[in-house]
Amino acid sequence: MTDQSYNFAYLDEQTKRMIRRAILKGIAVPGYQVPFASREMPMPYGWGTGGVQVTAACLVPEDRLKVIDQGADDTTNAVSIRKFFARTAGVATTERTDEATVIQTRHRIPETPLTPDQILVYQVPIPEPLRFLEPRESETRKMHELEEYGLMHVKLYEDIARHGQIATSYAYPVRVEGRYVMDPSPIPKFDNPKLSGCPAIQLFGAGREQRIYALPPWTEVVSLDFDDHPFEASKAAHDCDLCGAGHSYLDEVITDDQGTRMFVCSDTDFCAGRREAGHQGRLWASQPEAAE
Amino acid sequence: MYVAVKGGERAIDNAHDWLAQERRGDPAVPELSVAQIREQMKLAVNRVMAEGSLYDPDLAALAIKQAQGDLIEAVFLIRAYRTTLPRFAASRPVETADMVVDRRISATFKDLPGGQVLGPTFDYTHRLLDFTLMAEAEGCDTGPEQGTPEPAIPVPHVTQFLNRDGLIEEAPHSDDPPPDLTREPLELPADRALRLQAITRGDEGFILSMAYSTQRGYGRTHAFVGELRIGKVAVTVDIPELGFAVEIGEINLTECETVNQFKGSRTEPPQFTRGYGLVFGQSERKSIAMSLVDRALRWNELGEDFTGSPAQDEEFVLSHCDNIQATGFLEHIKLPHYVDFQAELELVRRLRSEAQSQQEAAE
Repeated sequence: MTDQSYNFAYLDEQTKRMIRRAILKGIAVPGYQVPFASREMPMPYGWGTGGVQVTAACLVPEDRLKVIDQGADDTTNAVSIRKFFARTAGVATTERTDEATVIQTRHRIPETPLTPDQILVYQVPIPEPLRFLEPRESETRKMHELEEYGLMHVKLYEDIARHGQIATSYAYPVRVEGRYVMDPSPIPKFDNPKLSGCPAIQLFGAGREQRIYALPPWTEVVSLDFDDHPFEASKAAHDCDLCGAGHSYLDEVITDDQGTRMFVCSDTDFCAGRREAGHQGRLWASQPEAAE
Repeated sequence: MYVAVKGGERAIDNAHDWLAQERRGDPAVPELSVAQIREQMKLAVNRVMAEGSLYDPDLAALAIKQAQGDLIEAVFLIRAYRTTLPRFAASRPVETADMVVDRRISATFKDLPGGQVLGPTFDYTHRLLDFTLMAEAEGCDTGPEQGTPEPAIPVPHVTQFLNRDGLIEEAPHSDDPPPDLTREPLELPADRALRLQAITRGDEGFILSMAYSTQRGYGRTHAFVGELRIGKVAVTVDIPELGFAVEIGEINLTECETVNQFKGSRTEPPQFTRGYGLVFGQSERKSIAMSLVDRALRWNELGEDFTGSPAQDEEFVLSHCDNIQATGFLEHIKLPHYVDFQAELELVRRLRSEAQSQQEAAE
């Protein structure tokens, strides 16, 4: 049931129009951070207000929405945001990646490849990839204007000098179509290759920082690296203990106080889909109803 | 054995029920009414109106009740409501020179036209707990007789007197429509109107500390409180269909004007300069702090040196003064981050194993 006391998808039409303009500008200039007049939402900054505003501006009544946090549909904030749109927009919701038309995500890109009729909306805490090298917005905007990304390369080089490798494991910076250096939001670097050549539209919303940026379909996105230290998408060296997948991003779950651990897909829909298809992991076969 | 964390929805509903019970407290104790909060927690209501940027004492009181007295949470409720409201019109600038003052003091002159009016202030109370307020029935002590209000006499601004002699900088008149922080993204550098707008809705604690830091030497501005006035002003709106302005109501404001030393610069002779604070309701601390921070932020315009002090740094102050933004981002780190953490775990493990094998190879 749509809550009649609010406009469709909560935001008023003027606000949605303003956000859509920012989205269109972002799509026209891939990787460029477009300032937008972010509104105060009925959930706190940091909970995904940027993503929620972008989703609200994109939704139409025919959409089917999926919301994930850490790859999972059942984490509390994903549940809360899904409920928000079910209430204010009355759109259908789903947990299945291949059924969704709009997917709002925090910290992951789904394992199932996306399609041209999908929109992936990222929640972004700090949109500025240079922020931890230069805290001033007035400076970092200049650096983007001048394509002055030397500082970032120096940082990556210093990592290698100190640790023998680039010591960034999530929110790993990328370069978009050879122009803007972009923060892909705090996804693990395992997900970075999925950003490039993606058939879906990828939109990034940072509410508190009042920025929207975008990757149109099939955009080339390159993770920053050096010829002799190429980028490597890393994950835990295990298979999923529930579905046996050897190529999905894994969560490490501590199962007792003796240091026993198990590894499971962070993408809950992907994992459940594989189990339905008959795949079994190390612990699933022996514990089919693991509900103690 | 692994049990997936399911049932987020039920957990959330249960948490909300529990929260509602906590808000109510012991049912044997009578429930607070919104009117009681509005009348007896007036300064909290003022703060919520100021930082929520919405002048509505009833809604502010409701927000305080709903937020269990957590004022930042109450401000958040008001902000989230405010952003959904349509904009009918912009008022004319309020005329604080015509304020009907409850309180008006100047620290720079012993006496002055309009007089020193102490008003309802904590200033000279002794901070001794008044245990009589704990008595169950407070009685109907209405306090000293208010008497009939005297006819309002004009209370001119103190800075006007200085201005007549050219001792204080001009505050040039401007009819430019002020920018609207809530409708346009903050872009830097900001002009003074935008800075003042950000600060007046900024967190009282943050602005207080910034102002305090200037007094202790981090961007010192040598401020005197030229005038602090609290009272009612009329809000008028132009009605295009009628062709004239109509008074739509009155609001309480606190205005502070500081008089600051200025040695002069290459272009300006020595004269006093101004800091300005204007806040909804009776909010003295905030308005004084605001005027100090305003003055500190004006270093560039007045040709002063930037000493690297936080209170002089427009980007630092404006980016961090909003408590709704600050508390949201601060508290969001309690949301799940296990995907990022997992990535860090892998990295630290790999770095450690490499360091270990290098050490072993060296031995």
